[in-house]
Amino acid sequence: MESIVADNDASRILREIESLKDTRTRIDHKISLLEAQLREINLQNGASEERSSPPTVDSRNGLTPDMIYRYSRHLLLPSFGVEGQANLLKSSILVVGAGGLGSPALLYLAASGVGRLGIVDHDMVELNNMHRQVIHTEKYIGQPKVKSAAATCRSINSTIQIVEHEEALRTSNALEIFSQYDIIIDATDNAPSRYLISDCCVILGKPLVSGAALGLEGQLTVYNYNGGPCYRCLFPTPPPTTACQRCADSGVLGVVPGIIGCLQALEAIKIASAVGEPLSGRMLLFDALSARIRIVKIRGRSMDCEVCGENTTFTQQKLREFDYENFAQTPLSPAPLKLNLLPTESRISSKEYSEKIRNKEPRVLVDVRPEVHFKIVSLPNSLNIPLSNLESRLPEISSAVKKEEEDKGVVSGSSAQLYVVCRRGNDSQRAVAYLQKVGFTSAKDIIGGLESWTHNVDPNFPTY
Amino acid sequence: MARSLQCFQWFWVSGKTLNMQLTLEFGGGLELLCDSKKIHSVNVEPQNGADKLIMKDLLSWVRTNLIKERPEMFMKGDTVRPGVLVLVNDCDWELSGQLNTSLEEKDVVVFISTLHGG
Repeated sequence: MESIVADNDASRILREIESLKDTRTRIDHKISLLEAQLREINLQNGASEERSSPPTVDSRNGLTPDMIYRYSRHLLLPSFGVEGQANLLKSSILVVGAGGLGSPALLYLAASGVGRLGIVDHDMVELNNMHRQVIHTEKYIGQPKVKSAAATCRSINSTIQIVEHEEALRTSNALEIFSQYDIIIDATDNAPSRYLISDCCVILGKPLVSGAALGLEGQLTVYNYNGGPCYRCLFPTPPPTTACQRCADSGVLGVVPGIIGCLQALEAIKIASAVGEPLSGRMLLFDALSARIRIVKIRGRSMDCEVCGENTTFTQQKLREFDYENFAQTPLSPAPLKLNLLPTESRISSKEYSEKIRNKEPRVLVDVRPEVHFKIVSLPNSLNIPLSNLESRLPEISSAVKKEEEDKGVVSGSSAQLYVVCRRGNDSQRAVAYLQKVGFTSAKDIIGGLESWTHNVDPNFPTY
Repeated sequence: MARSLQCFQWFWVSGKTLNMQLTLEFGGGLELLCDSKKIHSVNVEPQNGADKLIMKDLLSWVRTNLIKERPEMFMKGDTVRPGVLVLVNDCDWELSGQLNTSLEEKDVVVFISTLHGG
């Protein structure tokens, strides 16, 4: 009874926090709008005062005194100058993804004075984003990334237009959103989005600045620029899903997407201001561990390319109907996989397992996560045998079961129960299926893995 | 197999120049297939006494001698799997004849898996 009251209290407080946060965002937004209005009024007043006195400024370059002061270090650059800045101020750039790549890209694009900056994302800010998604601040945890990123951009530069597209990129909205911008930046994290973005850019004739980062490596190139190749020219066939690692599974050093995202901003600024030589027909490969950057020459546009080739039949209509998720065998907004390989009698919930611990039932718990995961956090008395080593380390399981039976004084006829756990409950099922095949017929997996343990048994058990 | 290995060792030990010295690099996660080692300095002998080595031969040599696990993550059929870029001396192999690219002493061949993360 008491716990129900406590639960009700907790959810009431949570609701209240949520609604207060919403109010705060609305107020912040309103303040920044009013501030922008005020600046506009001050600017006009200044201008009208100037009109009454003889003009002292030659404004042929179209830059206001504030703009000249703000962008002075750009204007001083002989190879960029007033012309480069004026081009930039007239340009519009869309950043798809406000994550590890999008964060630094947006910061620099806003600061540099891109006239109109669009942001597409449908995710919420999470604590485990903060180490690399540097545009977001702690107070935005739980709120849409687009809102958070837009607020930061506005606080850096209130004189440019920031457009929020708080939605997932889909075949149904991509063409409409992209057509409002000159240059597209791919800062997404999955294969189907990359194909969709590239195809869209080809159809609409937009240059695409594409970056990717994972672990300690990054890659960067410009597609569909000035007759150069598109993403499909390089990768006509999608890779197998097993080759597409995610930051959430394999990890990423925060500064690595930071570097690639900065380079994406740089390439976009070069194209927008018509300065320098964009990284088209070339690819930059960055290896953080060995401190090496390699720029390689890649193939040109392929005449046989399905989307940008000579005999292409790929139209706007075809794009709207194209099944990117099926093509790349991956969802456009990747959620963790939820396998269901085993019959219910071979599975146990985390709550049920906690009862087995409480009742001191003879048991062995094998944790099949990679060692690096096990080092972060593990359940007490669990034996770490990564799934990839399971086959060669079976004897360790046999002896652990035997030892548990001796320690607990198990009577003949019964035995210690074997359980398997992993992070989310997929690898544990694969492991149990294998263990049952090689003779551990009563092995069971813990449904939902350690994440379920946190949700249903011990909220203080760390998630990662 | 045993015989070709013997030949290989003999050429190497006798110091004849029939072996081609190459630097092979793996990146974008492909290094995980070869003991997590990214740079490999190797000596490869041309196939069946031929006087030149082409990429097709090198791929099968790599598969046999360097790939320690999940070969399907490296190759599909007789070429690399989709999503792998091959660079010979910092140049996409599409520009030099793909599988028929001729290799020369001290060439640097990079195999890199395209990344999708961000």
